[in-house]
Amino acid sequence: MSDLYHVSSAPHVRAKDTTSRIMLYVIIAMLPASLFGIYNFGIRALLLILVTVASCVASEWIFNKIIHKKQTIGDLSAVVTGMILALNLPVNLPIWEAIVGGVFAIVIVKMLFGGLGQNFMNPALAARCFLLIAFAKDMTNFVTDTYTGATPLAAMRNGEAVNTMDMLIGRTAGTIGETSVIALIIGAIFMILMGVIDLRIPASYIVTFAVFMMLFGGHGVDANYITAQLCAGGLMFGAFFMATDYVTSPITPKGQILFGICCGIFTGIFRCFGANAEGVSFAIILSNILVPLLEKITVPNAFGVVKAKAAKGDK
Amino acid sequence: MGLKTFKGGVHPYEGKELAKDQPIKEVRPKGELVYPLSQHIGAPANPIVAVGDTVLRGQMIAEAGGFVSSPIFASVSGTVKAIEPRRVAVGDMVKSIVIENDGEYKEVEFTGIDDVFELSNEEIIAKVRDAGVVGMGGAGFPTHVKLSPKEPNKIEYIIANCAECEPYLTSDYRRMLENPEALVAGMRIILQLFPNAKGVFGIENNKPDCIEILQKLVKGEERMEVCALETKYPQGGERQLIYAVTGRAINSKMLPADAGCIVDNVETITAIYNAVKLGIPVMNRVATITGDGINNPGNFLYYIGTNYSELVEAAGGFKGQPEKIISGGPMMGFSMFSIDIPTTKTSSSLLCLFKDEVVAMEPTACINCGRCVEACPELLVPSRLAKMADKGQSEEFEKWHGLECIECGSCSYICPAKRHLAQSIKSMKKQVLASKRKK
Repeated sequence: MSDLYHVSSAPHVRAKDTTSRIMLYVIIAMLPASLFGIYNFGIRALLLILVTVASCVASEWIFNKIIHKKQTIGDLSAVVTGMILALNLPVNLPIWEAIVGGVFAIVIVKMLFGGLGQNFMNPALAARCFLLIAFAKDMTNFVTDTYTGATPLAAMRNGEAVNTMDMLIGRTAGTIGETSVIALIIGAIFMILMGVIDLRIPASYIVTFAVFMMLFGGHGVDANYITAQLCAGGLMFGAFFMATDYVTSPITPKGQILFGICCGIFTGIFRCFGANAEGVSFAIILSNILVPLLEKITVPNAFGVVKAKAAKGDK
Repeated sequence: MGLKTFKGGVHPYEGKELAKDQPIKEVRPKGELVYPLSQHIGAPANPIVAVGDTVLRGQMIAEAGGFVSSPIFASVSGTVKAIEPRRVAVGDMVKSIVIENDGEYKEVEFTGIDDVFELSNEEIIAKVRDAGVVGMGGAGFPTHVKLSPKEPNKIEYIIANCAECEPYLTSDYRRMLENPEALVAGMRIILQLFPNAKGVFGIENNKPDCIEILQKLVKGEERMEVCALETKYPQGGERQLIYAVTGRAINSKMLPADAGCIVDNVETITAIYNAVKLGIPVMNRVATITGDGINNPGNFLYYIGTNYSELVEAAGGFKGQPEKIISGGPMMGFSMFSIDIPTTKTSSSLLCLFKDEVVAMEPTACINCGRCVEACPELLVPSRLAKMADKGQSEEFEKWHGLECIECGSCSYICPAKRHLAQSIKSMKKQVLASKRKK
């Protein structure tokens, strides 16, 4: 009878959170922005979201089948990637282009590097940048029945006035999920409450970007301009949902703050001096590449190790 | 006032309600008693009895094998049946003395002391050493060594580790409730050795009754106080406890004495009292026999050397067929493949889990979420250390402070991908330390 006991290394109990539960929280956190996108841009937005998610999940399933690996779609990470990608697309993007984006995100950026946890770039963002280069015209076409003007960012670039209230609520042109700051903040608060993310990356990102724009934005410390820049484009979506991607951000606490600062500076540079009005996606994937370096220079000091050195110095 | 604590840590299910309200019950052993010669850190003890000898309860049967070592005493009277290797809780075979219990409990005469204050420091430490007192919280470090720091005058804190942060365990809790006077008297003896120290009882706030009782008892004591601690694992880790109580941080290369501290747990301080005041060596201790796989969980005063299976029987036996048997708590205890194993001075509990939840969880890819970093009380990056360990990168492992790991298991506990982080880090630590010793 005694032969039947299990033997394993301690600890013998585990916390309840699992990878798929965390992914589920992220999906729930993106629902307000998704619902607002559907309300704002119409039923085609829903179609685009569903198609992109399906494309991502199917890509992962087929890839695993082909290379005879265990199925991993149960961890829900492909659903998250699909949603982030879809919310980053303009509503009138041709369906087949969205599908290509999903395949690119999962197969090229994620699975070829070893699947979940191994990719060094955010799959959804890398796919968005790929689409932006490959299908530039479709990806920057934000004209819909409701919105015929430019996006707030483009408008500001041309020196036009923008309505900050509309931007907070989300009644502007843009990609499906990025327009409503309020919906995004609701999702972000949910993630913070559930312990999915903390404020290190978003806060350092947003603060750095704001400071950068005060210095180089050409408007000085103009509260209206800075607020509009913060609410415009993909900044809020990027800071809370994309820069905080676990896999492609540093694991060290100090590294996370540096990472947020990098994102902020790159975004500022691209928005102020770049050819496009927007720069969040490129800023984040560029910072993704810096992650190993940031981790290397921020290896945390173990408990008691610093103080030991200081104590020796005192003597 | 905010509760004192440390950075990091986790909040596992406490499970203490199972055995918490069961008063300590004495269990007399039936068959043979087995005394492994190595049940402490340091050199194994040397047997001073031969097969066929009759021994009395309280008679020394093995003497200390060096300064860092500890003698072993017979806890029953009877005949030495064998001196041979026996299986112990961690799985090794260890040379042990086997005594056939004659059931008469004939004792040697113990000589107590009326006034401990008349003893010199050397006499007190000698009494502790000769009574075989070791750290009974689990580590088994010989207590007389701990009480002999290089500069006794620099010791400012004697910390009684009353945290009992391991889930399920309640033996220290019962000791504090049922015999707090011995604990306080033991503390008084230790304070006698260190004129510049104050005694602090660090208790987690999930034991408000103990806090209250000890607070009452130390009211008249100028040099003692009670420190309420936040209930968080591993609050009772030595470095974490020192930090919570004093704000001083030590690393793996330092001793508590380097921060002016000495830490002893409840059972150990009680043993010091027994040894110095009553002249009784370490022969009995309290253990919690608990878990959802046991019929009547409880706290038992047993005779060291008793077979675990007898303690299981005393607790009403198994409820069905438990999947996992753990010596110690669920966070740091050793799972055992058999309960036909002798108890030792450091056996603080036996946890019987009806279902083993870990076996059902398959480790998946690390998603770099950083929860292990938040949980690590040593402020390490466990997921990276585990990766380095799996790849055998010992240099990187040391650079990321892998040797500072206290093996508390918080990282594995919290990991959403259910990776065996602590296991990888522990085995790498062993390798690195072993290769250092070779050099």
